[in-house]
Amino acid sequence: MRWALTTAALLLALVLVCVDWRGGKTTPINVIGSTSIQPFAEMLAEEFNKRPTNNLQQNWTVDVQGGGSTAGLQAAVNGMADIGMCSRELKKTPEEAGTFTPIVIARDGLAIVVHPSNPLNGVTKSQIQKMFEGQITNWKELGGRDQPVRLITREEGSGTREAFQKLVMGKSRISRKALTQESNGSVKELVKHDPAAVGYMSLGLVGAELKALTVDGAPATAAEVVANRYPLIRPFLFVTKGPPSDKAKLFIDYVLSPPGQQMLEKEGLIGAPNKLEQP
Amino acid sequence: MTTALTQTVGLTRPKTTRFNANPIIRIVLMLLALSAMSGLAIITLFIFKEGVPIIAKVGFRHFLFSSNWYPLEGEFGIFSMIMGSLAVTAGAMVVGMVFGLGCAILLTQFCPPRWVSIIKPAIELLAGIPSVVYGFIGVAILVPFIRDYLGGPGLSVLASSIVLGVMTLPTITSISVDALQAVPRTYGEGSIALGATEWQTTYMVILKAARSGIVAAVILGMGRAIGETMAVIMVAGNTLDVPHSILDPVRTLTSNIALEMGYAAGDHRKALFATGVTLFVIIMILNTIALTVSRRRSKGKVLAK
Repeated sequence: MRWALTTAALLLALVLVCVDWRGGKTTPINVIGSTSIQPFAEMLAEEFNKRPTNNLQQNWTVDVQGGGSTAGLQAAVNGMADIGMCSRELKKTPEEAGTFTPIVIARDGLAIVVHPSNPLNGVTKSQIQKMFEGQITNWKELGGRDQPVRLITREEGSGTREAFQKLVMGKSRISRKALTQESNGSVKELVKHDPAAVGYMSLGLVGAELKALTVDGAPATAAEVVANRYPLIRPFLFVTKGPPSDKAKLFIDYVLSPPGQQMLEKEGLIGAPNKLEQP
Repeated sequence: MTTALTQTVGLTRPKTTRFNANPIIRIVLMLLALSAMSGLAIITLFIFKEGVPIIAKVGFRHFLFSSNWYPLEGEFGIFSMIMGSLAVTAGAMVVGMVFGLGCAILLTQFCPPRWVSIIKPAIELLAGIPSVVYGFIGVAILVPFIRDYLGGPGLSVLASSIVLGVMTLPTITSISVDALQAVPRTYGEGSIALGATEWQTTYMVILKAARSGIVAAVILGMGRAIGETMAVIMVAGNTLDVPHSILDPVRTLTSNIALEMGYAAGDHRKALFATGVTLFVIIMILNTIALTVSRRRSKGKVLAK
């Protein structure tokens, strides 16, 4: 008897869970991808979800998830994401450029970051390349202190790594001895505490605790990126499979609208070239 | 027997239970047991099906004995990671055995029982701490300490060995304690009666008698160390180079899978499954060696008697 009761209770609980699950009122717009864009997208999503509702969008809320640029592209292909986030240019292959519609939501500088106590202020692009190839192994060779260069890179598949590979390394490979970290945050954490470290990360996320080196004479600041003098610039993309769906367009339009763009610029990014005019 | 009992107590069986639930329970339990086993079978089949073709494509030799891991260019060599996993596991076993076994000996031989009831649960509590927390403590305290006082980047074989060693402590300690407590008291008393000191008794009699249990403890600890991922990613540094000293950073097989799984597609993804296959085989080999060794030893002991 007790048996039957337990079973019945369990079944009832299951049914209740299902009902509750299906009874949700909002439908999410899923935005998945690059961990470099994620913090900015989360901020935009928060504002978007807070906006006063009108008839069209009252049931839409934006959900932002990380995972990386490549994961974002995959999620956009298989329909898990309405919008994929990608922090590098699309490759000119049928699988990428042929499949996706890219929308530049902002541009970002790639900062070469070191510990604030590092006396070195600037490097050239070829010096960065030699460092990350493992040819320059001591800061002395660049006019810094006599200590070994500790390289910090990102994992294979990261949009930041691919942008760095394309902008700085070209055909040469990043040294095997480089420490590999899996997010902008952990690169930052490591560089912050290690006087010998050098890493690369999104300029918008550098903050005050790290020192961003001047590259080819151009300081790593938003102003220099806007003026197109800073040499390491990459786009932040929203991609959709084919043309954007109606609900994806709602969020994309918000991001490209003046309030959205102002928010991005306030955070240290450079506005999109194709931002929307005041509606 | 139950009926006899109820009769003597003066109760009768309630008449309402008309059907016998035993066969049903037996079938349900059987199904549950089988599903657990089929889970293992499915996992094994799946990783081999996904992983083996890419090993064949890249070439067995190249896959195992090359350190060139450039997945986006189609180069898959995992030698450095195999060495990384082995180095980190060996280090963790040194730490785990020294502290775990030491603790177990102390608790069973040289410690008042009241202390045991405090210390043992405390050590077992370590097992309940999530691995991210271990990793975080490693990054926040251990890594800067190693970097400042011993040199190198701090993220290293040493840091991961210590973190993993501490993580295996509860397993090693509690199973070793059980093994040592299972040794008949007469062994120790006999040894003392023959004039051996307490330490001689522990070292030459008790530890030898409990050997197979201790080996089992170390195998289980090793399983945890080689399979641990999150804490290792945080403190190992994840370089692609074969480590030359305990202060060098390494990448283990597990952290390679976890680091790149989110992005991988096509051959890269398959190569990660192949990494899993390698890990699987390594664990099998280590377990087999450890089991045979412990079996042979205990057989030898019986013969010596």
